Amino acid sequence: MNVTVKYFAVCHEMLDRSEEEMDLPEGATVQTILKRLEEEWPEIAEFYEVMQMSVNWEYATENTELVEGDEVALIPPVTGGSDV
Amino acid sequence: MFKITTEVITGAEVREAVEGPDAGAVVLFFGTVRNNTDGRAVRCLEYEAYPPMAEKKMAEIAQEISEKWGINRVAMVHRVGKLEIGEVSVAVAVASPHRKDGFEACKYAMDRLKQIVPIWKREVWADGEAEWVKPDAVFFDAPMPHKTAPQTD
Repeated sequence: MNVTVKYFAVCHEMLDRSEEEMDLPEGATVQTILKRLEEEWPEIAEFYEVMQMSVNWEYATENTELVEGDEVALIPPVTGGSDV
Repeated sequence: MFKITTEVITGAEVREAVEGPDAGAVVLFFGTVRNNTDGRAVRCLEYEAYPPMAEKKMAEIAQEISEKWGINRVAMVHRVGKLEIGEVSVAVAVASPHRKDGFEACKYAMDRLKQIVPIWKREVWADGEAEWVKPDAVFFDAPMPHKTAPQTD
């Protein structure tokens, strides 16, 4: 199955791309994507502790199961708004 | 109204979005670009968002406010792209029957926005360096082999 994976802010910089299509096996979870990214760039695993994931615009966990067409995103710690 | 925009924020839009005959108070909050962070001179800020999720999360915050205060007139808009010193990055408007609830709900909206709405801020320092704002210093300690030069619009 194919899912879209989006990378923002520091993740975009780290991976040098803002999104990509991933072909995943049936039964894949968010964890499957994290493992695949870790193979490409092992240091990214250090960030997983502070990073969140989303599936179809909702925060998700590593165990969230994916289906064809899902939109997944790596969400670095958010810093919007203003510091007041 | 819950919106990510690249346009200048004047506040008129959020204010008009919450107007109504049952309102006795309209609380408006603007976040603006400050010229320094902890004393280090800032040239400008660059904001990036995940727009559909950001707008969804803003709507969820409004729902939380509805449940906590019974206030149903909340609007939020956040700008993305390059912002100069003094420009408005975010505006929140809350209309309520009485001012106390309005002030509280407006503060709550901003606090929650900074927790759950996927928007990121990059500081471009006056000396030309740039970095994503770090809510957690540990987060940025690792090497960034693909790090690119600061973006310009």
